[in-house]
Amino acid sequence: MPEQLVFAMEVTLNGLMAGVLYALVALGFVLIYKASGIFNYAQGVLALFAAMTLVGIMQGQVPFSHLINAVFGGHITHFGWNVPGAVAIALTVAVMVLLAWLVQVLVMKHLVGQEPIILFMATIGLAYFLEGVADLMWGSEIKTLDVGLPQGINLWIDETTFNIFGYGFFIDNLDIVATVIAALLVAGLVAFSQYTKQGRAMRAVADDHQAALSVGISLNFIWVLVWSVAGFVALVAGIVWGTKSGVQFSLSLIALKALPVLMLGGFTSIPGAIVGGLIIGVGEKLFEFAVGPLVGGATENWFAYVLALLFLVFRPQGLFGEKIIERV
Amino acid sequence: MLDNSLSYVTDDGRTIGGVVMEMKNITLRFGGVVAIQDISFDIREGEIRAIIGPNGAGKSSMLNVISGFYVPQEGEVLFHGKKRPPMRPYEVARQGIARTFQNIALFEGMSVLDNVMTGRLNYMKTGLFSQALWKGKAEAEETENREVVERIIDFLEIQHIRKTPVARLPYGLKKRVELARALAAEPKLLLLDEPMAGMNVEEKEDMSRFILDVNDEFGTTIALIEHDMGVVMDLSDRVVVMDYGKKIGDGTPDEVRNNQDVIDAYLGVSHD
Repeated sequence: MPEQLVFAMEVTLNGLMAGVLYALVALGFVLIYKASGIFNYAQGVLALFAAMTLVGIMQGQVPFSHLINAVFGGHITHFGWNVPGAVAIALTVAVMVLLAWLVQVLVMKHLVGQEPIILFMATIGLAYFLEGVADLMWGSEIKTLDVGLPQGINLWIDETTFNIFGYGFFIDNLDIVATVIAALLVAGLVAFSQYTKQGRAMRAVADDHQAALSVGISLNFIWVLVWSVAGFVALVAGIVWGTKSGVQFSLSLIALKALPVLMLGGFTSIPGAIVGGLIIGVGEKLFEFAVGPLVGGATENWFAYVLALLFLVFRPQGLFGEKIIERV
Repeated sequence: MLDNSLSYVTDDGRTIGGVVMEMKNITLRFGGVVAIQDISFDIREGEIRAIIGPNGAGKSSMLNVISGFYVPQEGEVLFHGKKRPPMRPYEVARQGIARTFQNIALFEGMSVLDNVMTGRLNYMKTGLFSQALWKGKAEAEETENREVVERIIDFLEIQHIRKTPVARLPYGLKKRVELARALAAEPKLLLLDEPMAGMNVEEKEDMSRFILDVNDEFGTTIALIEHDMGVVMDLSDRVVVMDYGKKIGDGTPDEVRNNQDVIDAYLGVSHD
């Protein structure tokens, strides 16, 4: 087999894995958008907040310790215990649910029936607020997150491919685990929205508020639920990205990578988010591999956005989005 | 408690019971506009009660007061003899008051079956986890709810479109699906906001038949709004007539038909 083709295969595989990570972030956007029509700018910050909270709890950090020390004096920073990963994840989920409730009660509840652009602005405010709170709560230093996900080169794939092609593929174990997690998450979300009472109510609210009220669905409850689920998805994305590149404030920027994914997949489709993520992941890696050397590299920085731009021009609803029909 | 002292049997053999819902001196204002002015009436168990009036009479507002979408500034709403505190629409729905909308409010992205199933949401009690795992109790519950829903779907003759996404249906069928969803809640009181609006003659006849059959078969108490006098007179046991936010008539179709104020309102005597 020609060498170039073997390289291309490895690049494609890596692209698929990267795509899964993009899709994970995009999922959070789709969930909230579908259920409430809000484009949640704060989704990336939610992932950051979730990851920081998880690390903070695991390391036994005292929340708001800088603030407490500044006001009351003293030098407390840690409780002096370490919390095992599973327990810390459960606690973080609880924190995300509490956060969802606060967002609904303090912000979104008062904006029911407002224009989408106003709700969007509110989530921008929320994003900056949360970023500040995360900083105040857990400090701004870069932390490593280790909940026991395997990392490093997968030797089995390396050896097998070496035996077949005479060249060993480099596939990171973490990427494989992330793919499995994402698959489980999507299967879980689909089952939740199709087969449970709350899932059905969630779809109902997404479709028509008045009708949902008339069959006895509490909008408030469903929105808290939706923000909780989005918080949970953000936590999963935060864990995977945090393990990969450390928990730091740039984590909130992964939201930017989700935007082109959404343009491709459509804002309202869960399968769209997955396929969009994969296309972007594979596309940018292959483009870098094939065209990168000709233009001096670094095409990964812009490829996704140019692709999104093309989609906006030729197919603005994305691959799977609801068709835009204008009645005259 | 229902006071059954008023109950009687109609000519066609249906039993009309005591008062289910009573509106007492309801006044509803939007800023300076008085939509409903000091109106009282009651709805009895098992009857078809119509609220009629020309456009802008305040009929829809009245229906929205009953279903909790509007909260009146003055007056009391008594449900089963008990004063109802101000409630959110979903709480009213959970009390057993189902409704349809003038401009059809269906879940367009869902199938007919799923739409009707949402009417059963309040009958589903099992928790999130047992449901997610699809075991035992949750399964039995789903089956039970499905049976009720399938019976209603049969009854309203929409079996052939069970799996069709609602968005693809023609207007008349959408109205019927909306009725099915409201019925799925097995309501103590069913509110229909202009069930015949925008229909052709044939569809109107179908809908009239379904309303009568529902009332007859399930004994459902129905309050409906309509501005087409002819349809209403054939359907209902008692009629409230509204004009400019006031009640101008209340009684059997025959009584209302011969009421001079009602005739004036419909023939358009100048108000000066």
